[in-house]
Amino acid sequence: MRRSLLFLPGNTPNILINGNCLGADAVIFDLEDAVAPDQKDAARILVRNTMKYLNFRGCEVIVRINSLDTAYWQADLDTIVPQKPNWIMLPKTAQASDVQTVDAYLTALEEKLGMETGTVRMMPLIETALGIENAFCIASASKRVGALFLGAEDLTADLRCKRTKGSHEIEYARGRMVVAARAAGVDVYDTPFTDVNDPEGMAEDAAYAKAMGFTGKAAISPRHVETINAVFSPTAEEVNYAYEVLEAIAQAKAQGRGAISLRGKMIDAPIVTRAQQTIAMAEELGMGKGGQA
Amino acid sequence: MTEIVKRASAGTMESSDVYVEIEPAETGLTVELQSVVQKQFGASIEAVVQEVLQECGVEKARILIRDRGALDCVIRARVEAAVLRGKEG
Amino acid sequence: MSKVVKSLKEAIRNAGLKDGMTVSFHHHLRNGDYVLNMVMDEIADLGIKDLTVNASSIFDVHAPILNHIENNVVTQILCNYMASGVGRAISTGIMEKPVQFRTHGGRPSDIALGRTPIDVAFIAVPAADNMGNASGKFGPSACGSLGYAVADAMFAKKVIVITDNLMPYPLPDWAISETYVDYVVTVDAIGDPKGIVSGTTKITRDPVGLVMASYAAQVIKHSGLLKDGFSFQTGAGGASLAAASFLKEIMLKEKIRGSFGLGGITGYMVEMLEAGCFEKLMDVQCFDLKAVESIRSNPNHIEINALQYASPAFKSAVVDSLDVVILGATEIDTDFNVNVHTDSNGYIMGGSGGHSDAAAGSKLCMIIAPMFRARLPIVRDRVHCVSTPGQDIDVLVTQGGIAVNPKNAELTERLKAAGLPILDIRALKEKTEAITGTPDPLRKGDRAVAQIVSRYGEPLDTIYNVVD
Repeated sequence: MRRSLLFLPGNTPNILINGNCLGADAVIFDLEDAVAPDQKDAARILVRNTMKYLNFRGCEVIVRINSLDTAYWQADLDTIVPQKPNWIMLPKTAQASDVQTVDAYLTALEEKLGMETGTVRMMPLIETALGIENAFCIASASKRVGALFLGAEDLTADLRCKRTKGSHEIEYARGRMVVAARAAGVDVYDTPFTDVNDPEGMAEDAAYAKAMGFTGKAAISPRHVETINAVFSPTAEEVNYAYEVLEAIAQAKAQGRGAISLRGKMIDAPIVTRAQQTIAMAEELGMGKGGQA
Repeated sequence: MTEIVKRASAGTMESSDVYVEIEPAETGLTVELQSVVQKQFGASIEAVVQEVLQECGVEKARILIRDRGALDCVIRARVEAAVLRGKEG
Repeated sequence: MSKVVKSLKEAIRNAGLKDGMTVSFHHHLRNGDYVLNMVMDEIADLGIKDLTVNASSIFDVHAPILNHIENNVVTQILCNYMASGVGRAISTGIMEKPVQFRTHGGRPSDIALGRTPIDVAFIAVPAADNMGNASGKFGPSACGSLGYAVADAMFAKKVIVITDNLMPYPLPDWAISETYVDYVVTVDAIGDPKGIVSGTTKITRDPVGLVMASYAAQVIKHSGLLKDGFSFQTGAGGASLAAASFLKEIMLKEKIRGSFGLGGITGYMVEMLEAGCFEKLMDVQCFDLKAVESIRSNPNHIEINALQYASPAFKSAVVDSLDVVILGATEIDTDFNVNVHTDSNGYIMGGSGGHSDAAAGSKLCMIIAPMFRARLPIVRDRVHCVSTPGQDIDVLVTQGGIAVNPKNAELTERLKAAGLPILDIRALKEKTEAITGTPDPLRKGDRAVAQIVSRYGEPLDTIYNVVD
């Protein structure tokens, strides 16, 4: 379950060492934008040691490496992969071949380290116009790709439009990302909300992303984690409905009926799948029937 | 053996970080440590620094440590980064 | 008639101060106080020696007292709190007689019961009339409540009121009545307003502090105590204030109306009062400008003195009616004993203040503190010194989990059922040390530099000199 993905600057010890206590489902150790060029070497060693010596159990680890147009990405992977991060986030992914380049490098590294091929998964960060247009190809470029990630700040620069709170300028990109990811059968994560002093705006933005079909959302501030988790957790009502769906299915089966309806609506396969997903998530969150934690 | 050829540093004086400076020396290793947790962790910090230097193959250097309460994993990272920077041409 | 005398020196002479006596001060002017230094300089000038200073708190602005110690003008200090600058010097063993630390409730008890008699009380006040009625609410040095000065006024043999704001008789709304006052002295300034109250007290932005604050609010929510009539006290630390702000959200959302907020009062508690979270604020000390403004203008913001706040010597105190208090700690041990007196190297840098009193009186006393600070774990096998006994501490909240004192079986179950991360305090200690390593124990010197006296007047622990 990944609702919240929290960015942590890769060269800042006092934030890294508490990264696993901030309530996020996943942390993103950032070697890219959060690290100055002359500190890339120190940051990757620091992030490697954080992963090696501290316990991030119960919290997935994503490492955002530097992009393919830099001189850093191979050294990033060489240093980080031995610590078995759950995910590598590749910034500025624009086409399938970007994924394949990193995929090949990872495969070679995994072999060298005696790790099973595909241990480290990939979460391409799509933040260019070309990347958005190629989203489906990127999502299906390798079996390693398990999720897409939308980065709206760089994207709007590339689109030559202003990034606004209303987010109308990324409407198309969001829609396209969700469709592409779902078509390829992978998860999809929304760009962080960047104003740390607007909790209401944050909650609205997260709710909108959920409504569009995003799996979860990134946070650049720990103060956003709780809201994101709340928004992307099933509501008590959703959980109750899911249980009702499954009960109706079970009853219909017992009675040998084919078509099933609940509250006047036909229950078809997608509704059942959704109900199962909701219940699985509720169970993981310790929510019982009635939605009480 | 890894030779330290120039003066180099890594880390910061921020809380929970450590500033490490390394420079070439004629013989042996000298570690000068100042820490906000000297009384409670001084001995253990020195041992960790020695261990990392050994792992990195550094036998001759002068090392200055200004610790602001960094965890071992941070100290290890900063010493390693300083060595990496000091050995390059 | 007027009690105004023309100089501080004259007041000291008239009060009959002699070698070996006890003088007293309060700390409402905090780090902006001019009066303690001013008075001690005059006393030194008069050649009086071997005095005991009974001050409710010693701040670093009072560092000149170290000279008076060196010159034997001051030979003993009694206080409830001592800031790190003076504390560090005391910790090296410069005084023959150990400092006596009391609590904000214990100090007035011991004064009232004659255990620590005061010969002359010097009471700095932001406003007074010529007969000695005095208030903290008016004037350029306004500090709000004068709660810690009242016992001194009531029980000292001689009482000198010192003000920079002499107002026409009768002063309205006094905290100290003329019935106790012998002399009134006017001076240019009793303090520096910048050091007296903070402009604003700020909620923490530190992510770890916010996680702890969120847990703390959840603990209160699920404690069974959060219902109409709820009463609450919290410190002025960033994480405690954040906890108060989360608590406020919960109270407003669930439409819970509490009875009172207590203690040293910050602007955040004022906001809770104004938002309808409480009926009243009971204020023994104001921490910021907003609190001072509120106590002056809002009739539901009530000034109380330290006797009523926390003294066990009387028939009841407000802390006895307190539901929940949030407090800090520099260390806590596996028996839940808390140290707020010394820093990680054993130097004095604080004191109980109202810590032990609120802990003893409240139904739920919660400590919030990070798992470690600068690599030093918060949970120890033994605290360096006991400021508040573990039997009065109910819960420890850290970012890495919540430990409940095993005496609270029911609370443990409630919090577990609410899905909060509850763990044994020993497990929390191990979890922390897995991250930080185990610190080497501090060596203690063999010379007592301070005695910690419990709120009931019993010896609680001894602080020894620091050795390198």
